[in-house]
Amino acid sequence: MSVEVAVPKGYTRVFSKPRALSDAGFTYCPGCHHGIITRLVAEAIDELGILERTVGIAPVGCAVFLDRFFNCDFVQAAHGRACAVATGIKRARPDLVVFTYQGDGDLAAIGTAETVHAANRGENITVIFVNNGIYGMTGGEMAPTTLPGQRTTTTPAGREPRLHGYPLKISEMLAQLDGPAYITRQAVFDHPHIVKAKRAILKAFRNQLDGKGFSLVEILSTCPTNWRMSPAEAGRWVAEEVTEVFPLGDLKDVG
Amino acid sequence: MPKGLVIVDKERCKGCGLCIEACPFGVLDFSSEYNASGYRVVHMAHPEKCTGCAVCANVCPDVALEIYREESSVRGAA
Ligand SMILES: Cc1ncc(C[n+]2csc(CCOP(=O)(O)OP(=O)(O)O)c2C)c(N)n1
Ligand code: SF4
Ligand code: SF4
Ligand code: SF4
Repeated sequence: MSVEVAVPKGYTRVFSKPRALSDAGFTYCPGCHHGIITRLVAEAIDELGILERTVGIAPVGCAVFLDRFFNCDFVQAAHGRACAVATGIKRARPDLVVFTYQGDGDLAAIGTAETVHAANRGENITVIFVNNGIYGMTGGEMAPTTLPGQRTTTTPAGREPRLHGYPLKISEMLAQLDGPAYITRQAVFDHPHIVKAKRAILKAFRNQLDGKGFSLVEILSTCPTNWRMSPAEAGRWVAEEVTEVFPLGDLKDVG
Repeated sequence: MPKGLVIVDKERCKGCGLCIEACPFGVLDFSSEYNASGYRVVHMAHPEKCTGCAVCANVCPDVALEIYREESSVRGAA
């Protein structure tokens, strides 16, 4: 599909697709922030020079096809079980770099137990947590992370906390535990935040290389399709509304 | 010679428009072309204004943009 472009005369290439990504196009909807986050992970793998010894764990959700997008090995875990699968691989092969990439339905709903216990054990893995506040792949049902008042297909009148519960702040919960080394919340709705998110992802991988233990980067993402917004509106909604409930910044960092 | 050059991988572009909105210099816009998937792809509507800052490529969710910088400006920036 993608063809190698000859460098125009007098110019130097300063940005191109990371080596860790294959030529397969992403299967995400137009404008979905999953694509930015997926690329940032690939850039981090490139910069650390770990492609040949990295294993990713794909979730159930819109990122289920990650194995097609990346040039490293992948295992696709049962829904929510990515941290358990990562634990097994990392313990059997500590020389490998093991990361999970999971949505909020995967990590913070059906997979809450696996996530909490992997964090509590301080497993030396890297977790990329893509929080878009909804079940994207299945058509936009409420997730534990859905904002109060937010309309979804299962909360057509808006999420009512007394009936449906409050947004689950999984990163804040995990930051209370002794096990984790690094828990941070980032976003990718504009260039400066993308630069910061990239730094956090790099740190979460470096922590694993340094044997520091469980590192999780939550990244506030979008679902323009199920939020019924344009990609630009969805980005603004994260910046203005979602960050009010899920504030950005480091929640735990053992240094 | 413009400082920057954007090459669009037309088959990867999904016409989401995020790059158009993010470019600080109003370089990009939708072209009249549609790709094989039916998406209207972007192009450099004002190539002379491009600085090669790569902000557009950084916000692109489909890794559809490659950025080139004019060599003397790369050395100047380094
Ligand atoms: C055991 C099991 N239960 C339910 C499902 C249906 N299912 C598929 S994806 C998904 C939720 C995905 O939401 P999220 O993790 O937030 O990822 P997103 O698609 O938004 O990226 C669910 C419930 C399933 N595949 N397997
Ligand atoms: S359904 Fe939502 S989360 Fe899934 S790819 Fe589409 S926009 Fe992204
Ligand atoms: S490289 Fe910078 S100036 Fe050129 S189109 Fe992209 S954002 Fe605009
Ligand atoms: S951000 Fe990427 S996919 Fe979206 S319109 Fe621009 S080049 Fe196309």
